[in-house]
Amino acid sequence: MTTAPTTPVLPLPARHSGGCPFGPPPAYPEAAATGPVTRAELPDGDLCWLVTGFAEVRTVLSDRRFSADIRHPAFPLLVAGARELITDNPDFLRLDDPEHARQRRMLTAEFLVKRVEALRPEIQRIVDEALDRMTAGRTTADLVTDFALPVPSLVICLLLGVPYEDHDRFQSLSRTMLNRESTVEQLREAQEEVLDYLRDLTARKRAQPEDDVLSRLAARDDLTPDDAAAMGVLLLVAGHETTANMISLSTALLLEHPEQIPGLADPATLPGAVEELLRLLTIVHTGLPRVALEDVELGGVTVRAGEGVMAMLSTANRDEAVFGGAGHRATDELDLYRDARRHLAFGFGVHQCLGQPLARAELQIALETLFRRLPGLRPAGERGFRTESFIYGMRSLPVTW
Amino acid sequence: MQVSVDRDRCCSSGMCVTNAPEVFDQDDRDSLVRLRQTVLLPQQFDDVRLASELCPGRAITVTGDEPARTGA
Repeated sequence: MTTAPTTPVLPLPARHSGGCPFGPPPAYPEAAATGPVTRAELPDGDLCWLVTGFAEVRTVLSDRRFSADIRHPAFPLLVAGARELITDNPDFLRLDDPEHARQRRMLTAEFLVKRVEALRPEIQRIVDEALDRMTAGRTTADLVTDFALPVPSLVICLLLGVPYEDHDRFQSLSRTMLNRESTVEQLREAQEEVLDYLRDLTARKRAQPEDDVLSRLAARDDLTPDDAAAMGVLLLVAGHETTANMISLSTALLLEHPEQIPGLADPATLPGAVEELLRLLTIVHTGLPRVALEDVELGGVTVRAGEGVMAMLSTANRDEAVFGGAGHRATDELDLYRDARRHLAFGFGVHQCLGQPLARAELQIALETLFRRLPGLRPAGERGFRTESFIYGMRSLPVTW
Repeated sequence: MQVSVDRDRCCSSGMCVTNAPEVFDQDDRDSLVRLRQTVLLPQQFDDVRLASELCPGRAITVTGDEPARTGA
């Protein structure tokens, strides 16, 4: 059965206009209010399905009838003309099993929960040193550039074996790659430059291995140098942009809800508080793209083989039936004492974020330490949000203490 | 209530270890899920149900459970 769309077709990606600066563009929850699967239009003019319901998003991301292979001719793309940038060897985030699983399994040992737990003292040291630098001899700072960005950047550089001195270069390239307003030409140049950087680096690691992830990838004979470089780009971009934006958005949001900050101080409630921040902020506002390989009945419509779908994590994570309930605030509000563990901020299915144990550890340590060491932390000027980025976040957050 | 794991479906997200560390482990050799215990205690049932529900690879199966419980 196919129901005719009852609302106008939504052009993607929706813009941040009005609404709460911590929420997704209002058009997404508005679409969700009309049904779990609605019509939308991609920048190239193709129609696709906007999947906003919690159960439906889980289905799209875990059912093998939906493909993550970006080489599929109907794979939904959010930048006009970007199809010409797709190469024959995309990173494994954009591949299906078995090749996806083959490459992912080369990395799983690096992000084991116990491995990340063993890194906690090192992460704590990085966080403490960043705060020492931020507060030395001054009383104001930009939390984004002085804390939220350096911490995950230092951590991922350490793990991968990327020289931190290069961070200005790769941060500026990743910004361009994640900017929804970049032209195809800008995207192509940034993609080439960051790939070249990782190709050079992995070649050096192959010649002179060290104790880091890139050296171990470079030493493998079952991974081509190009695939190793693509994997390095994915880890580097995913490893610092996401966590950095979560740290700055979480801090700004908590400063608006100071009565909830004690939820971070208790080791018993800190992990749950971070899950709630992940749920409410769900920084991948634009959703996760997939293409249907077969006809699938989903949320009252038939998604036809060859149609694109966007799985909207942010609306799924606001489902009142899953995350609401008596005694808790509405799901578009912060409630650090809510059970948010079912959230989909890291995605779902076989592509679910590989680095999530690391992200959790970094967020727990960074936020707990920040508010413990600076109990008087408060805003000190106008904040700037990254509304132009595919990974939502903050450009600046002036603070004093 | 019993729990079983399908290692072929495991994608090493670590969700099970995060939510029920007494019951699940990640194998040092291949990073795939491994049961630390096969007999569950009643006080572990909720965590194991959650781990099964949240497993992104649907690799964890719970059997012999009482009638379905829903919600948080």
